[in-house]
Amino acid sequence: MNEMELLTWARGPGLNIAIGLFILGMLWRLVEIYTLGRKKDLAPARNAPGASGWHTVVRRSMPPHGMLKRSPISYIGGYIFHIGLFIVVFLFAPHIKLVDSLLGLSWPGLPSQVIDAVTVVTLATMLLVLFDRINNPVKRYLSTVGDYAAWMLTFLPLLTGFLAVKHLLLPYTTMLALHILSVELLLVALPFTKLIHVFTLFASRWYNGDISGKRGVPV
Amino acid sequence: MDKEETLLDHMEREGMSRRTFLKYCASLASLMALPPSAAAAMAEALGKAKRPSVIWLPFQECTGCTESITRSHTPSVEGMIFDMISLDYQETLMAAAGHQAEEALHNAMKDNFGKYVLIVDGSVATGLDGAYSCIAGRSNLDLLKEAAKGAAAIVALGSCAAFGGIPKANPNPTGAVAVSDIIKDKPIVNISGCPPIPVVITGVLAHYLTFGTLPELDGLGRPKAFYGETIHDRCYRRPFYDQGKFAKTFDDEGARKGWCLFELGCKGPVTYNACATTKWNDSTSFPIESGHGCIGCSEPDFWDAGGFYKALSTPANPLKYVGAAAAIGVAAGAAVSVANRASKNAAKAAHEKTQLTDLEK
Repeated sequence: MNEMELLTWARGPGLNIAIGLFILGMLWRLVEIYTLGRKKDLAPARNAPGASGWHTVVRRSMPPHGMLKRSPISYIGGYIFHIGLFIVVFLFAPHIKLVDSLLGLSWPGLPSQVIDAVTVVTLATMLLVLFDRINNPVKRYLSTVGDYAAWMLTFLPLLTGFLAVKHLLLPYTTMLALHILSVELLLVALPFTKLIHVFTLFASRWYNGDISGKRGVPV
Repeated sequence: MDKEETLLDHMEREGMSRRTFLKYCASLASLMALPPSAAAAMAEALGKAKRPSVIWLPFQECTGCTESITRSHTPSVEGMIFDMISLDYQETLMAAAGHQAEEALHNAMKDNFGKYVLIVDGSVATGLDGAYSCIAGRSNLDLLKEAAKGAAAIVALGSCAAFGGIPKANPNPTGAVAVSDIIKDKPIVNISGCPPIPVVITGVLAHYLTFGTLPELDGLGRPKAFYGETIHDRCYRRPFYDQGKFAKTFDDEGARKGWCLFELGCKGPVTYNACATTKWNDSTSFPIESGHGCIGCSEPDFWDAGGFYKALSTPANPLKYVGAAAAIGVAAGAAVSVANRASKNAAKAAHEKTQLTDLEK
């Protein structure tokens, strides 16, 4: 298999399979999670439900008092690489073109140079966050194989994408194929790893805030 | 033409000055990224070169490669060089036909055994023992094996000979393969393209005449000097790509302003060829300059590479399995959910209330 065949496979059957498995896995997990059910709450609500759930969605993104100083890399690094990922994934012109071809939706992108800079910052931040995870005894103790796998699955598409655009290490064709393959790996793994937080994060925050509000601890 | 006449003699006789010839050698050397001294060596070697025997076998092809070399640069030094090789067999160009032609072929192979250059254009049919394409009652497969035996080097001219090309396109009814799939024991240079650029063909021949070897090749057996960079990297529209300015249709404002054709399916980023630098039709332009994206014709299996008008970053048909996947996903989720509820109910049923008396035991 030459590099063009690899790319054609990655863009064709490979992507079909990956998107199929992604949809399959996501629906499986979401149906499973949302049909778990909760016992009927027989106690009367102490507070009117209000917006406690929505407040929690926002509040949990803010570092609790003093934590920013104690764990700056987690908070600042976390912010930088999440925002960086958002920019690179959703505002890079070829990516927008991809969404356009899939769903018919499109929006303006950013110039390549801006994307390049954001990618470098994001890559560096992700490396720093990994280093911190390994270096900090508590974080190291709490980390599992899943955590490192999730890091790798996120890091690889970013790295291969950058190398492809910049024509580094391998010919563009090969690198583009590796980039698409790494994204496919991410798609397949996403529903079954902690990366599913992309879809469950805000729902679970809202639920926690809402139930706390009802129990008399509104935020 | 006298076989002993050198290229320089011939050119002088044809009214071409030595200066023009030297200029041609210099441009050829620089085009192939050879050191400046190579121009002189090339001029000297080419000037003294005796016409090497060249046998050109056409297989499953459209003669576009021949058209490319004979028509687009006439009259030119490239054309002169073709006068200077002893093209002993070329069906399209030779006057002989039938048995005469076959005789010319066999004489050339016998007289120059081990020394001739074999040019092949077109892919080799292997289906039905090669019966899909025959010349003088013999299959291409047979002819190639026979002619390759005495060849000093083989030039696979065009994407069909180099990679199988359009005959090999899915579903490949004739079992077409590239020359390099059949011949394993001879130096082969792939000059891909549909058709290949004339100066690339003559560049490789000049290199062979000068140094007696084939030029440095890339991973796909193509001369690095011409296939070292992508069309995209050398494209004059590249700045628009970097600025994110794309033509969305072939007749919109962007297309008129000459913006990047990436979104219209240009395969420039994954196509290695020299079109953007050497250009076509006496350096007039190349496809992108005429407003059409590169179709990637110098790459293997370009015909089946996901559509000419689909942007490289967009997949061919990615939502193919989505319906089935969604159904299976919901079913799996529901099944797991039912299982979860069953185990919850089982736990509930098995639950025994603890009485005060139990604690006192």
